[in-house]
Amino acid sequence: MSNDIAILGVGMHPWGKWGHNFVEYGVAAARAAIADAGIDWKDVGFVSGAATMRCGYPGYVAGATFAQALGWQGAEVNTSYAACASGSQALAAARAKILSGECEVALVVGADTTPKGFLAPAKGYRPEDPDWVRFYLGITNPTYFALYARRRMDVYGDTEEDFGLVKVKNSEHGFTNPNARYKKKFTLDDVAQSAMVADPLRLLNVCATSDGGAAMIVCSMDYAKKMGKADAVKVAAISTVTPTFASEVVEMPDIATDSAAAAGVEAHRFRASLPVKAYEEAGIGPEDVSVAEVYDLSSALELDWYEDLQFCARGEAAQLVREGVTKLGGRLPVNTSGGLACFGEAVPAQALAQVCELTWQLRGQAGDRQVEGAKVGITANQGLFGHGSSVIVKR
Amino acid sequence: MSAKPVNAAIEGWHTLDTDKPQLLGSRCDSCGTYYFPKMLKYCRNPGCDSSDFSEVPLSRTGKIWSYTNACYKPPEPFVADDPFVPYAIAAVELAEEQMIVLGQVVKGIDVDQLKVGMDVELVLETLHETEEDTKVTWKWKPVA
Ligand SMILES: [Zn+2]
Repeated sequence: MSNDIAILGVGMHPWGKWGHNFVEYGVAAARAAIADAGIDWKDVGFVSGAATMRCGYPGYVAGATFAQALGWQGAEVNTSYAACASGSQALAAARAKILSGECEVALVVGADTTPKGFLAPAKGYRPEDPDWVRFYLGITNPTYFALYARRRMDVYGDTEEDFGLVKVKNSEHGFTNPNARYKKKFTLDDVAQSAMVADPLRLLNVCATSDGGAAMIVCSMDYAKKMGKADAVKVAAISTVTPTFASEVVEMPDIATDSAAAAGVEAHRFRASLPVKAYEEAGIGPEDVSVAEVYDLSSALELDWYEDLQFCARGEAAQLVREGVTKLGGRLPVNTSGGLACFGEAVPAQALAQVCELTWQLRGQAGDRQVEGAKVGITANQGLFGHGSSVIVKR
Repeated sequence: MSAKPVNAAIEGWHTLDTDKPQLLGSRCDSCGTYYFPKMLKYCRNPGCDSSDFSEVPLSRTGKIWSYTNACYKPPEPFVADDPFVPYAIAAVELAEEQMIVLGQVVKGIDVDQLKVGMDVELVLETLHETEEDTKVTWKWKPVA
């Protein structure tokens, strides 16, 4: 039996630092998705929200908050929180509901309003909270991404210029994206001139936090046929697997990895395990992928993802960006939306925004960003505490 | 130097031996998995359900897995020097424990003096001072 569901409609509220209530962005994105799907809001049987932890109680119950804002109409609601994978888990909840036959049409929404400046942990001496400990010891978010980047340089021979090429590529991609926050074509020189944040990463190599919202209407294949949209883009796989013990890479916010000293335990890399399950579930391999949206929290991290997604062997990712393979017009464009480099991270909306972009690509509606003949797209993201996701969509 | 008493910034995470300090972790009595910070309640190895642990000092030398620095002042609860002085950070692999432990690198060493695979040892250095005491923490130092 096929586990596919159809993506009937997608919508976004542009990313920025608008300073409005997150519900506004969610409602705008939801209404755009409903209009794009050509359905009525009252047809939605399940509202699946991705939670935000920064906007008080309404954010913790995001599903209900969005349902109320759109007008209570008796739908069932759900809220998912899974750090950067929140949107994918909200989508997974909707898919489960649809595949079980309990509902035909679901709305999935994520939106966030982010504070200005550094994200800092709550106050008070809390040595049992790893997120508190690392800040106390002087280890911030860019530290982790810089460690990965430096390791690439020392082990594989990547250069700061390679990381710059990723930024330049993504800024060219996002330049014409109406939903992107940063629309400037940066040059290698701009990157090299920007301030060092955590060696070897400079300001233009790391992503900001943004406000934004993304939504989609998903439905059963039967419902899509009924709507005359049997050829809609489909969700072919959603992977939200946890890491496996023990860890090979030190992950935020931990101060140490799990030890692999126990007999028979091998150290694993979390990021690589996410697409493995997605490929398996979809019955699709990396060679079939036409376009990808990956979590470029740093421009060096995008290169790690190429390898984790099996687009190339370990250590060869820089070659792909040097040869323009992952640029629009190349064999396998990555982050055609502009990625986090052009968006900045709006946590609960980001995983959904990735799927929105791939949907436009597979429909041939991506305008200047269009990848010719795109048939299969994959997303990848990773956040705190073992949360990550990879979604495959296909034509 | 002040005559204030010296205390660990995070109590119980390392010895206060000025000559050869060690991180204090724990080890599962059943499967042998090491933990830092200490785990004394439940073993996280999926193949082990033990709740018996022994506190153990960890290897005080290791090899650099990767490294970076902090060019900007971190937010609280970090207590920064004024003016802020950038510092290097290393992720260090401990062979016996098969784990990576993060830490600042001693003052005066910047990233251009570090390399993946380099041997480092654990030392104690001041993290910050309070009215009552000097808070020290572990830092990594290249082995001469
Ligand atoms: Zn054990």
